[in-house]
Amino acid sequence: MEKKIRVLVAKPGLDGHDRGAKVVARALRDAGFEVIYTGLRQTPEQIAEAALQEDVNVVALSILSGAHPHLFPKVVDLVREKGMKDVLIIGGGVIPETDIPALKKAGVSEVFTPGTPTSAVVDFIKANVKA
Amino acid sequence: MDIAKELLEGSRLALSRAITAIENEYPEANDIMKELYPHTGHAYVLGITGPPGAGKSTLTDKIARAYRKAGKTVGIIAVDPTSPFTGGAILGDRIRMNELTLDEGVFIRSMGTRGSLGGLSHKTADAVKAMDAFGKDIIIVETVGVGQSEVDIVKAADTTMVILIPGMGDDIQAIKAGILEIGDLFVINKSDLDGADKLVREINMMLDLDAGSMMQARTATEEAIANQFHHLNVTKHEEAAPGYWRPPVHKVVAMQNEGIEELIGLAKKHHAFIEENGELHRRRTRRARDEMLDILNARINAHIKGHIVDNGRLDGYVKSFQNHETDPYTVVADLLKEMLK
Repeated sequence: MEKKIRVLVAKPGLDGHDRGAKVVARALRDAGFEVIYTGLRQTPEQIAEAALQEDVNVVALSILSGAHPHLFPKVVDLVREKGMKDVLIIGGGVIPETDIPALKKAGVSEVFTPGTPTSAVVDFIKANVKA
Repeated sequence: MDIAKELLEGSRLALSRAITAIENEYPEANDIMKELYPHTGHAYVLGITGPPGAGKSTLTDKIARAYRKAGKTVGIIAVDPTSPFTGGAILGDRIRMNELTLDEGVFIRSMGTRGSLGGLSHKTADAVKAMDAFGKDIIIVETVGVGQSEVDIVKAADTTMVILIPGMGDDIQAIKAGILEIGDLFVINKSDLDGADKLVREINMMLDLDAGSMMQARTATEEAIANQFHHLNVTKHEEAAPGYWRPPVHKVVAMQNEGIEELIGLAKKHHAFIEENGELHRRRTRRARDEMLDILNARINAHIKGHIVDNGRLDGYVKSFQNHETDPYTVVADLLKEMLK
């Protein structure tokens, strides 16, 4: 059987809006991925541990609260600390363009802002995932 | 990384990687299982099944917490359906179990069905073994109880809970689903809703019909045996008949954590009962047997595929059938002679 790409879709922090995360989750499912959705209000520790238990290839973070400069790098660090060196970490949400370089420097591979077609996320994962 | 060795030393990442190898049928999965096998057989396996929306994940969460409170470690395998159209899946069972994520005594893994052709029951059984070897005391396998492969998964459990909710149609639905036969315990969730008591009554009634017919069948068999061997003075031995477990019907409200401790009590009672009357041993024997045949079948299929499908020989045969030069029966007979040397 061919390898399945497994993606953890997670919402770190306290905002309660997951429409975007759900739209992305569905698009990834329709692209043939296995999507593990963990629901709202996750701590970086919970996200990293879920990524470990599920042995995902990708962690996709969605955030609308503005806490991304703090939470995204935290998730990256915890995931790497747990020994998952190859896991692709991407983010999306209401994120100002000016914040993106710092996030990328912190290890977030790509950041998708409002207006991105879901196919762009799928294509990015297919092109960059180490499965 | 030596996955089996690190798993046995307690690495969670290794356990996770082992399950991935099993799921994807990586060649190394066989070697991992070989090394883990001697370390299996300690965990008690609990199957939880029922229709979508019955509250299986919520109940699993509550049961796991109750076992944790009792000092047991818990492994959870949550199976959700894969889309037959895209091959993708949304595995959402963790949403109900978030508080367990950071408990080091719990390991949760979501699996997609990936089409039942992939031998899901065999893969789930191996994932259970990996968690068993890792040292989990209780392993909960949670799955939607519809379709053959899901029923097969549940057959891998020592104790199976069927979870039902009021308002999902009349008692005929329960018979139709074939779900009555697989339950050792029946759990009526959301029992604060209207119709819960009616559902309890209906299930009880059907279980009694079931129990009645089983008793009748048993008595008839015993009489037949007694008649046949009456010269040997074989009589009916009450104590020799394997005890019949009448599945209890138990009401809970999983969201409110109501009735969970009692449910765990019933599961323990069932465990003790089947251990006592030998049913646990019989179930595990049957399982080992099925498993061995499954593995053998899978290998033989792979061998056939390598021998005649992948190298194009099959296409050649098909062409000669179509030209009426030979027929499938002759070819299969020849192939068997060739392969089973």
